[in-house]
Amino acid sequence: MRKLTPRSVLLGLAAPVGALVFAAVVSAIILAVTGHAPTDAVDAMARAAERPRTLVNAVNSATYYYLAAVAVAIGFRMKLFNIGVDGQYRLAALLSAALAGAAFMEQLPSFLRITVTIVVAMLVGAAWAGLAALLKVTRGVSEVISTIMLNAVATYLVSYLNRPERLAVSTAGSNNIGTPKITEGGQVAGFTVEGSSSKLFGLIFLAAAVGVLYWFVLSRTRFGFELKATGLSESAAVASGVNVKKMVVLSMLLSGAVAGLVGMPQLLGSSYSYSLDFPAGLGFIGIAVALLGRNHPIGMAIAALLWGFLANTANSFDTSGIPREIVDIMQGVIVLSVVVAYELVRRYRVRAEQHAVGGALGRTKTLEEVSS
Amino acid sequence: MRRTRGVRLAAALLALGIGLAGCGAKNNDTGSGGGTPTSGAPAAGLKIGLAYDIGGRGDQSFNDSAARGLDKAKTEFGLDVKELEATAGETEAQKEDRLRQLVEGGYTTVVAVGFAYAEAIGKVAKDSPEVKFAIIDDFTDGVDTGANIANLTFAEQEGSFLVGVAAALKSKTGNVGFVGGVNTPLIQKFEVGYTAGVKAVKADATVQVKYLTQPPDFTGFNDPAKGETAAKGMFDAGADVVYAAAGGSGNGVFKTAKANSKWGIGVDSDQYNQPALAEVKDVIITSMIKEVDVAVYDFISSVKNGSFKAGQKVYDLKAGGIDYATSGGKIDDIKAKIDEYKAKIVSGEIKVADKK
Repeated sequence: MRKLTPRSVLLGLAAPVGALVFAAVVSAIILAVTGHAPTDAVDAMARAAERPRTLVNAVNSATYYYLAAVAVAIGFRMKLFNIGVDGQYRLAALLSAALAGAAFMEQLPSFLRITVTIVVAMLVGAAWAGLAALLKVTRGVSEVISTIMLNAVATYLVSYLNRPERLAVSTAGSNNIGTPKITEGGQVAGFTVEGSSSKLFGLIFLAAAVGVLYWFVLSRTRFGFELKATGLSESAAVASGVNVKKMVVLSMLLSGAVAGLVGMPQLLGSSYSYSLDFPAGLGFIGIAVALLGRNHPIGMAIAALLWGFLANTANSFDTSGIPREIVDIMQGVIVLSVVVAYELVRRYRVRAEQHAVGGALGRTKTLEEVSS
Repeated sequence: MRRTRGVRLAAALLALGIGLAGCGAKNNDTGSGGGTPTSGAPAAGLKIGLAYDIGGRGDQSFNDSAARGLDKAKTEFGLDVKELEATAGETEAQKEDRLRQLVEGGYTTVVAVGFAYAEAIGKVAKDSPEVKFAIIDDFTDGVDTGANIANLTFAEQEGSFLVGVAAALKSKTGNVGFVGGVNTPLIQKFEVGYTAGVKAVKADATVQVKYLTQPPDFTGFNDPAKGETAAKGMFDAGADVVYAAAGGSGNGVFKTAKANSKWGIGVDSDQYNQPALAEVKDVIITSMIKEVDVAVYDFISSVKNGSFKAGQKVYDLKAGGIDYATSGGKIDDIKAKIDEYKAKIVSGEIKVADKK
């Protein structure tokens, strides 16, 4: 660990804060150019922040963004790009929803039923990610390509299975289609927040637990060390006896298992069924959140909350007459500028270190100093 | 004012930082509600809020049709209107929030465009009995039904049946195509009706079916390039008429039809007369008309003159709101035949299934 000095704290904060400020400036310019008052946008955000419902929704969104980010980060830490979190969580959500909604599950006690649902989701996610891992270690297929392809395959598979003659039930008069509704015993109760019609997801604790576990495994276990070592230098890891193939498979499976969890807070806390309007694209948001949070368990939590808040202010922008797309612009600029800002700070730090080292060692004494 | 803004934003960031703790603490604040709507129009009459499906105003299709109805009502009645859009991949909570913000903003008449609002509208309507709601394309008992909800649904299969008849009568090869935007139960209704119509005329005709995307990928409604590829494949395989039930992607279907000297069939509006399709209009022999605009307009005027009625209102061939287009004169020769089928459907002699 780096020593905490005021200077290092300042440098650590410089990148994210600078990026946020930069993103705010860019968004303000875009708003001004398109004929909207940036102050209105600030007002809209402030109004959103005062509304308990929006905050609850933001935290709820952050819950699954965070899970998606952790899933991505596990891969990132060993230079594996699991772009397939999206397909993994959707397939996992569909299959576990179908299981949880099945009639025979009602005989199980509530706790067991929920546990089984969650475990099945993790297994499905892991299995789907495992395909990519297997292709990588046996055939050398880049996981970037295979996971993207598997996303498309998952989309078709989900669509194939989400039919009345297979896993879905169709309701008369409804144009939606989805798995049978999970009855009360299989649902995870939320927390009522005063002034809000939405409840806080009960599974927020699951996300927190995953975060703690992620931190513990990475920084306190041999497996975590080997994972990071492989990410930093594969050849060095091999030289010190790490089985890289095993690490690839294991980390992909873990990443997929966490990806399987992404849909759970929404499924068990609000939707109770996997249907056409189940949120999509969370895997890709996870990539952005992991980048923003630098794969750090707390950094990603903050990033997820920021993302959740921004996503849920879109409606407030809309009511104020500001195009809701400004949220996408802000998110995009934040990710880009954070990446650039971290690189700038890193370079500055290296230069400062070289300078300090040079200052301490590199000065040649003058003749007078030597002779005196 | 500027200072309070700063303070409020600081409060926002603080709440964000503290996360959970923040949202507990914020509860005692006086809810500022939806705030003041920016539209300066005086609330002369009704305040109408409209929540679009993904794509929003300008999608050249479903949402635009709803927007037309709203515009017509606006010019006629002088309404105070607020339109909100949806984002792809959002959750039901965000849809619910959208409707609640409309209600909190004082919009006492709310229209939700698309079945995705079913759950959300059910919840919000229960909490706001004084507000009149309408949802397009959904009527699910116990979900989006209530004393203050009008469910405006369409018998798309009936109109699709008629254009299927037209396709079969016009086809020389006995081979026709169906391009669906996204493979959902709603678009499957179009396919089922169309196929039934084709088979009613020519039992041995081939109907090629292709959906552009699978949910949750809804780009199939707005990707002309995909429509072009799909239609090209069908024409190469012998089809000479293709029905495009694919929103904005239909543009690509018509383009290919023109390039290959084949025919296309439009959807939702009378697409022959759409300015955006002027270049390819001569290949559009007919369109399946689904008058979402009429439904929206009817609903608003019913609230306006106090004749609001909750529950399902079906727009079909009999009641109007579903029909086929004759603009361009390409099907004048077979119009009598199509009208025969139309009369049979209206009288109930032919029942068009809406599911496979």
